[in-house]
Amino acid sequence: MPKPRVALFIPCYINHLFPGVAVATMTLLERFGYEVIYPEGQTCCGQPFANSGAHEEVIPLAQNFLRTFTGYDYIVAPSASCTGMVRHHYDPYVGDDPAYAPIQQTTYEILEFLHDVVQPEHFGVSFPHTLTLHQSCHGLRELELGVSSERVMPYYSKVESLLKRVDDLTLLPMERADECCGFGGTFSVNEPDISVRMGQNKLDNAEATEAEYLAGFDSSCLMHLDGIARREKRGIKTVHVAEILAGTVR
Amino acid sequence: MNHPAKSAAFLADPAHSRWHDHALWFIRQKRDSAAHQIDEWEHLRTLASQIKAHTMAHLADYLETFEHNAHQNGIHVHWATDAHEHNRIVHEILTKNRVKKVVKSKSMLTEECGLNPYLKEHGIEVIDTDLGERIVQLRHEPPSHIVLPAIHLKKEEVGELFEQEMGTELGNSDPQYLTHAARKHLREHFLSADAAITGVNFAVAEEGMFVVCTNEGNADLGTAITDLHIASMGIEKIIPSLEHLGVFTRLLARSATGQPVTTYTSHFRRPKPGGELHVVIVDNGRSNLLGDTDYAQALHCIRCGACMNTCPTYRRSGGHSYDYVIPGPIGSTLGASRDLKQHGDLTYNCTLCGSCTAICPAQIDLHHQLYAWRKTYVDQGYMPDHKRRLYRTGAWMLASPGRAQLFFGLTKWATRLLPRWILYGRLNVWGRGRELPQFAPQSFAEMYKEHKKE
Repeated sequence: MPKPRVALFIPCYINHLFPGVAVATMTLLERFGYEVIYPEGQTCCGQPFANSGAHEEVIPLAQNFLRTFTGYDYIVAPSASCTGMVRHHYDPYVGDDPAYAPIQQTTYEILEFLHDVVQPEHFGVSFPHTLTLHQSCHGLRELELGVSSERVMPYYSKVESLLKRVDDLTLLPMERADECCGFGGTFSVNEPDISVRMGQNKLDNAEATEAEYLAGFDSSCLMHLDGIARREKRGIKTVHVAEILAGTVR
Repeated sequence: MNHPAKSAAFLADPAHSRWHDHALWFIRQKRDSAAHQIDEWEHLRTLASQIKAHTMAHLADYLETFEHNAHQNGIHVHWATDAHEHNRIVHEILTKNRVKKVVKSKSMLTEECGLNPYLKEHGIEVIDTDLGERIVQLRHEPPSHIVLPAIHLKKEEVGELFEQEMGTELGNSDPQYLTHAARKHLREHFLSADAAITGVNFAVAEEGMFVVCTNEGNADLGTAITDLHIASMGIEKIIPSLEHLGVFTRLLARSATGQPVTTYTSHFRRPKPGGELHVVIVDNGRSNLLGDTDYAQALHCIRCGACMNTCPTYRRSGGHSYDYVIPGPIGSTLGASRDLKQHGDLTYNCTLCGSCTAICPAQIDLHHQLYAWRKTYVDQGYMPDHKRRLYRTGAWMLASPGRAQLFFGLTKWATRLLPRWILYGRLNVWGRGRELPQFAPQSFAEMYKEHKKE
């Protein structure tokens, strides 16, 4: 039987700033027996423009996405926010293109893909560290990777469930774990003061757990938090959950 | 007009802004524990949303049913298309009854209509009787929250205000002491008032009656003491019948403050013997939202304030940073619908985290509305030109992988070669509180190409 073919959707800024997160994603998919292809010609999904109301700018980007990613069994991205864009917000731009429906149905965020499709019992890696988890908003409330604290329903967290399948890892609970970190795309520069304050508060809560790592599943949140942590010379390190699961950060 | 600047000013006092954030988060936590005691909470939210959607679809009928039944109960019903008409009607009723002083319980609608300044201009004294509202009234400022109007103030500030206004002891800011002083001060006004004005939380069409929810009993005291009661209600406050009321009263106080029910949930069905009861039904732009696929849900709001308490921006910028009568997520969407040119930029103070949508007891898709408004804002040409050009250029750069490579490549070399004082100059808004991200030696695309060659 041929291996299922997975197209890697690597958000533009991850490609240049956090290639380690992309490598981890590829490593995980190959380890679990997928043929992994990084389609050439991929670029920004258009989210920053859509979120700012500049929707004319989104159309060519969304069309490019369909061209680039048609013809694979799955499309997997290490970003909850960009996955959410393609799955939940493309309709006004490419909704009437017949290529959209199959793409909408097969686009996954990497942790969601591991949890729902791959379903490994164990990752065969060890992470002998303490960490606390930032529940990024779009992954939590849009992709429903877990139950957010506002909701009254039985608790689950796909990400926590995956982290339990790693040896020697200690997950420490954080206050306000699913309060927004303040990145918010262009919000980070439109409202820089609130954005930074939110990030500082997030880091304070993370540091209060005394964890070595602050883990997350959206590199954009981590970029913002790490930027504040480095500016303020805080000790806590940021890490993407995929890097832990892949064993590329130990 | 300038939320970012006002937030910066708010945050410039770290102790106060931290306290504001914590105070509202505490209320959010109280709401969480109250909601978690109700197994069917999410079902109640769905019901509330469905009842509202149904009512809005038949709004004209339910309003007329209400008018008819209220009339049968001896209530005078008035219709106002806008704020000015509302104010004029209220003024006429007061003049006819030779009213000199009115006691008013909390009503965001009268804030929206600017009733207090209007009546003052016409020589009628209005005393706000909700404690928080009285505090902001004495300070000549608008409420900063729809349920907790004076949440931007610490008790010490209230102590100083009362010392000037009520002659309380110098430096005494004990909340119980201050509350007693306010109670005494308000009692004198209650006893000398000629009429009472209240808002309306819910108007029940089938019964021709309405419900006013307060925690202080100030609406009840005002309406009990005076013989003239005028209630102002927005057209969206209507619900079909009493069986629907329980859904909302169960959601309202729990969402607002974490209480199981408001301390006073008073039902007004007919005027008291010898008294008069008037209801003024106000549109003031609301009907524009009816039937709008993107924004009609904003009319489902029951004014609990939960979206404010949970909003990470609101908690860190305060209600006055919004420059609109209602702050927070619901205020940003209502403000945009009122006047997109003036208030549309409020929709950009949101990270689209979605917490407001998840908490709203009426399931209003708040953050989707803000997202949708931004599109209309740009379409109608309200985004400043320099920003518009920036987005155009950015999209052009990123639309081709080659140009994106060039853009990131140039940025990478800039971060490496430029001296810090240029790199972190005035134009680098990101860098004001954050370090720039560190570029990797090789992009993933480059690594992948090499990996494939092997």
